[in-house]
Amino acid sequence: MATYTMKEAKPAPSGSKGIIFWLKTNLFSDVRNSLLSLVGLYLIYLTIPPLLNWMIFDATWSGTQDEVVNSGARWIFIIEKFDQFIYGFYPEHLHWRPNLVAMLCVAFLIALKVLKNNKSKIVLMLLFPFVCFILISGGWFGLETVETEKWGGLMLTILVAAVGIIASFPIGIVLALGRQSDMPILRTLCIGFIEFVRGVPLITILFMASVVLPLFFHDGIEFDKLLRALIGITLFQAAYIAEVVRGGLQAIPKGQYEASEALGLSYWQGMILIILPQALKISIPNLVGSFISLFKDTTLVLIIGLFDILAMVTLTNSDTNWLGYEVEGYVFVTLIYWVCCFTMSQYSKSIERKFNTEH
Amino acid sequence: MKVTKLALLVGLTAAIPSLSHADTLQDVMEKDVLNCGVSTGIPGFSAADSKGVWKGIDVDMCRSVASAVLGDASKVKYIPLTAKERFTALQSGEIDLLARSSTWTATRDTSLGLNFAGVNYYDGQGFLISKKLGVTSAKELDGATFCIQAGTTSELNLTDYFKSNGMEYKAVTYDTSGQTIDGFKKGRCDAVTSDASQLYGLKLKMDDPNTVMVLPEIISKEPLGPVVRQGDDNWFNVVRWSLFAALEAEELGVTSSNAEAMMKSENPSIKRLLGTTGNAGENLGLKSDWAYQIVKQVGNYSEMFDKNVGKDSPLNIDRGLNKLWNQGGLMYAMPIR
Repeated sequence: MATYTMKEAKPAPSGSKGIIFWLKTNLFSDVRNSLLSLVGLYLIYLTIPPLLNWMIFDATWSGTQDEVVNSGARWIFIIEKFDQFIYGFYPEHLHWRPNLVAMLCVAFLIALKVLKNNKSKIVLMLLFPFVCFILISGGWFGLETVETEKWGGLMLTILVAAVGIIASFPIGIVLALGRQSDMPILRTLCIGFIEFVRGVPLITILFMASVVLPLFFHDGIEFDKLLRALIGITLFQAAYIAEVVRGGLQAIPKGQYEASEALGLSYWQGMILIILPQALKISIPNLVGSFISLFKDTTLVLIIGLFDILAMVTLTNSDTNWLGYEVEGYVFVTLIYWVCCFTMSQYSKSIERKFNTEH
Repeated sequence: MKVTKLALLVGLTAAIPSLSHADTLQDVMEKDVLNCGVSTGIPGFSAADSKGVWKGIDVDMCRSVASAVLGDASKVKYIPLTAKERFTALQSGEIDLLARSSTWTATRDTSLGLNFAGVNYYDGQGFLISKKLGVTSAKELDGATFCIQAGTTSELNLTDYFKSNGMEYKAVTYDTSGQTIDGFKKGRCDAVTSDASQLYGLKLKMDDPNTVMVLPEIISKEPLGPVVRQGDDNWFNVVRWSLFAALEAEELGVTSSNAEAMMKSENPSIKRLLGTTGNAGENLGLKSDWAYQIVKQVGNYSEMFDKNVGKDSPLNIDRGLNKLWNQGGLMYAMPIR
């Protein structure tokens, strides 16, 4: 009886692995590719080394303005103004409060992943925004009040985006459901709202909120400017969410709707238990796309005099002692935006994986 | 049809509340804080330093009024406003005083329901040139290349100025002010033109500020001043005389450091200014030491100017038109008596 003997694994044929092989197949497979690769490499050579030199090797990281000798980035500006970029005008001795909120946010996200009990999750979700709000604005439990005029920087950017995202989500779902409703008045109202809001740019809504609305209030009634902007952004975002969710709803086969009715579920039961979970799941990529674009849109609040992180760069650049540091400021903000948006898209991927029920 | 339109009109009119705020002075005293509209960052005029403290010549206007009315220069709430929303914020009562480098023009003064209380800075369009041109006056700029932002008033003024002087210029046109400056920085043109107060800021942004200079000529009028709501004459008086008090103090040589000693001065003008005689304060509805508080806490006009935009600041703007009337400038305070 012939016995099978394991053969020694042989190394791959020479020239079919390793860096040289990879280069050969991917970059220099024929004359045209080789040329393109060479041009590409030349472009990299032209841009990357000067960029690295500017950002790192020739940069100034410490000392005062008079001591700057290097030709690269003067990061001392960022270091000097760092607190303002992050907290705006928030009083220095109270910086621990936004810091605490940031840590709570991380804890909150972890808790949502770890907790299995849905009820405790919902309680947590309802409670969390209030805790954050009280911590930031103060005025309760002996915390010093900080007026919204003092909120600014990255803190404000994240806050505006977070409020916009969280508050617009339920409103958007309701609008999407209303748009598909059989009730004519409700449907017309929802369509009217969605189409009206989508027909005007965010900047218009912000201007309305900051410039026109106050003229209609009576003397003495002061409506916080940030609150006005937040309401405007939320309504704006809700219209877009509604359309994204509608896309998801329409992708659900009719059989699912009929099945939920056949089971004797009421409209809301059917929606909450059967339709929405499926519809929202397939909407996740689009939802996140729209959230990321909202995050970047929040910077428009600078045109109504709120100091988000980008407005903070402009403001810090008008300090007569620190003129001419725009480039450093903008590069810094670019990095922050990239980190935030990239984190959001990665987080959405992890959610997608979690809800992936396909086999 | 007509009835519906009428009803609509009546409804709209009713919805717009009266825009008058009867007694701002009283309001400010009750709130114990002055809501002052400033810019979102104009170097030397209103900008925040690294500690988040607002500084600038416009900010000092706010501080002066707060010292006069509340006796404390720090009782100001700064409300940063963009150029577009500044006048609405004042009309709607969100702010009590607008000190945001706003040019006093007929249209603004007459059609917006606002009043300019005075001029705290005489600005105007000037030229920033590269020194290698070797000229010292705008009149010698014939044939020079300008970096210009398309469609601005500066462009119109420049064309007018060159035409009326029988000179010509070559233009390199850009879309934004940032690009315009960049063009100048890179040597695409010999000169840029903008409001003089801005040019000194731009100068500092050059890689080597010593290679450029601001020419002495000013070719347009841009009087900048504090603005209040129309129809509240008391408040208007308070703001106007707060500005005059700072100017008068400079003229009389009263400074923040010698104000206390000056209280004992025998000079009748100083006595009236500082409130040891006369009833200027009382007539304004303020305490008798209102002007003393301004000078003591904020300083006289030259102190404000030098510290924020003048020789003690990095901007180092020449006082030019902003000198006192008896030193060749336009700053003239009405006498306090």
